[in-house]
Amino acid sequence: MTSRKSAIVLGGSSDIGRATARAFAKAGYDVALAGRDVAALEPDAADLRARYNVEVGLHKFDVLDTASFDGFVAGLPALPDVVISIVGLLGVQQTAESDLAHAATIMRSNYEGPSLILGLFAEKFLARGSGTLVGVSSVAGDRGRASNYVYGSAKAGFSAFLSGLRARASSSGVHVVTVKPGFVRTKMTEGMKLIGPLTVEAPVVGDAILAAVEKKTDVVYVSAKWRLVMLIIKTLPEAVFKKLKF
Amino acid sequence: MTLVSGWGRFPVVDSDVLRPRSFAAVGEAVEAGTIARGNGRAYGDAAIGTVRTVTMTGFDRVRSFDPATGRIRLEAGMLLADLVETFGPRGFLPFVVPGTRFVSIGGAIAADVHGKNHHCEGGFGRYVDSILLRTGQGEVIEASREQNSDAFFATIGGMGLTGIILEATMRLRPVETGWIRERVICASDLDAAMRALDAGDSATYSVAWIDCVARGKDFGRSLIYLGEHAGKDELTEGAAAFPVGKDPGLGVPVDLPAMTLNRYSIRAFNEMYYRMGARRAGGSRLVSLYPYFFPLDSIADWNRIYGRRGFLQHQCVIPEAGARAVLGDILERVALRGDASFLAVLKKLGQGDGILSFPLPGYTLALDFPVQGDILNFLDEIDRFVVAAGGRLYLAKDARQSRATFAAGYPALQRFNAIRKSLDPAGNIRSKLSQRLFDEV
Ligand SMILES: Cc1cc2nc3c(=O)[nH]c(=O)nc-3n(C[C@H](O)[C@H](O)[C@H](O)COP(=O)(O)OP(=O)(O)OC[C@H]3O[C@@H](n4cnc5c(N)ncnc54)[C@H](O)[C@@H]3O)c2cc1C
Repeated sequence: MTSRKSAIVLGGSSDIGRATARAFAKAGYDVALAGRDVAALEPDAADLRARYNVEVGLHKFDVLDTASFDGFVAGLPALPDVVISIVGLLGVQQTAESDLAHAATIMRSNYEGPSLILGLFAEKFLARGSGTLVGVSSVAGDRGRASNYVYGSAKAGFSAFLSGLRARASSSGVHVVTVKPGFVRTKMTEGMKLIGPLTVEAPVVGDAILAAVEKKTDVVYVSAKWRLVMLIIKTLPEAVFKKLKF
Repeated sequence: MTLVSGWGRFPVVDSDVLRPRSFAAVGEAVEAGTIARGNGRAYGDAAIGTVRTVTMTGFDRVRSFDPATGRIRLEAGMLLADLVETFGPRGFLPFVVPGTRFVSIGGAIAADVHGKNHHCEGGFGRYVDSILLRTGQGEVIEASREQNSDAFFATIGGMGLTGIILEATMRLRPVETGWIRERVICASDLDAAMRALDAGDSATYSVAWIDCVARGKDFGRSLIYLGEHAGKDELTEGAAAFPVGKDPGLGVPVDLPAMTLNRYSIRAFNEMYYRMGARRAGGSRLVSLYPYFFPLDSIADWNRIYGRRGFLQHQCVIPEAGARAVLGDILERVALRGDASFLAVLKKLGQGDGILSFPLPGYTLALDFPVQGDILNFLDEIDRFVVAAGGRLYLAKDARQSRATFAAGYPALQRFNAIRKSLDPAGNIRSKLSQRLFDEV
């Protein structure tokens, strides 16, 4: 038996997922990576074992297959101390405007699936009286924008779910963290125009998530500048905001 | 297309830059005129493809590590900084590190980089047991001293021209601590400096910093830094066995105007540096491996100090016999010019391992010059001394030497070219450097 803490990363193959798993393994956590393609996660598992000499588990997890969630949680060898949901899908706004299936996939990947799975873990954590749930949401959920409101609205729903869950769990030993990374240089944002000073690398997000878990922070804007940017964007009157095409 | 340059920011060239996510995608990225790029710390045009540049830093996984022997298999894009930070606390460091930790494993192999221990322990390639190489012809081969040995020895020091290194297996050095016992020796002139370096042959690490603007009786005055790995019993009570490296915090935010660096500011800097070092001479003290090995890493983007037009490093190695006279001639001209900068480094090298590896037994001198005025002509003039003395220039630092200088310095070039041709008959792997110095015109 190990007395080490454990963390599971849902969406382990993403750049942020890899970086987060590294941050936790480096801090001495045993980690598990969960994703659609378990074989593709093998090299990352080997990397974590070799670097940090921790236990690494691999589990199949598909955020769109909500029917499998009960079985997934029941099938874990032990209930982890920390669950981190990194899953999400940016999708293509223009396509989503006319293709309902694509819009639905974006909504389900960013809101339905992540909320349901964290909700499920929350019940177990509340029964146990301990645990941390981390949801990676987005600054895009702070206000719907013309250029990505399908994605943004799903993230808004996820953020609201997390804040509600946090309130409910507040007097238990269970903590809920909402992470809003802003621009991150990853596979997902490759080719996009990112604003340099507002952009961070994936390891910065991983470290921020670890710090938030250890310090029991509620809402994390990975780059502090984003808190200010979003404060301004949120407080713009709708009459002004709707004229801004961004 | 993207504008790309090396660390010296000269030359700046247009290239198609790709960042593949899988080894299969690396293979697909190779077409005529492709070169691999690590972390872009080569000074000149080595890591710029004539058509396409393939960035490898996304490949940073450790494949396996044996804590009993220190043998490690890793992807070639992993940074040395990551290796040091991850395995240092576990009691292992690379055997060889260059003056910055922000180089990739692939880049360190491709340049067969030397550290302050080359005179006694050799270069980076000596500790590499095997590599996984994607050749220009489209094969993925494992190469070692026994298997595909031609490809192996051509890749070590081969500046990426044998193909793209995907993975490497290497040995790490067991260490008790991350501290170095440093001894500073003060040498009042060039003769004394060279004598001190010779006397330091038995030290694991040795390097001399020369005041390259001092003239007259101070000509060639130097500080010589010797170092040994410190054992646990040498640490003071309560000191961490492994120090932490600080991230380069504040960088140089803008290109400084070329004015900032002039013979007066450089002279003042060197005077101060020499005096501060001289005060520590004689005794020994423990220093963290970070400032010891990577003194410049604490200032991010320091290359911007040289202004928008960039700078050139001139690093030559001169065979032992007759080195004193040639180094004297070169340094005299440099001192007269007065615009060579902070870093004039002199150290001893041993035999290199790769076919095109830079090191040969002798003294290596590295000088930085801002790109300005008649600097290109001046360096051509210096090259004539180097060639006459049977020396050569370091490809990882070069951006401007002539074909003749290169050919004279690297007599094994023909053998290298034959191996390169057999691995890549169509000539897919090419860089701006190979176009300038190697390829048939
Ligand atoms: C401050 C500073 C100090 C330095 N000190 C030293 C020193 O003390 N000793 C020393 O030897 N060097 C030194 N260097 C030079 C540096 O170590 C080399 O240029 C090294 O090759 C840089 O590695 P990189 O990953 O940045 O490679 P890049 O600059 O990106 O590429 C360098 C070469 O490696 C090749 N390459 C990179 N990755 C691969 C790959 N995966 N497969 C095949 N080829 C590849 C490129 O094609 C290119 O030819 C220093 C550089 C700086 C900036």
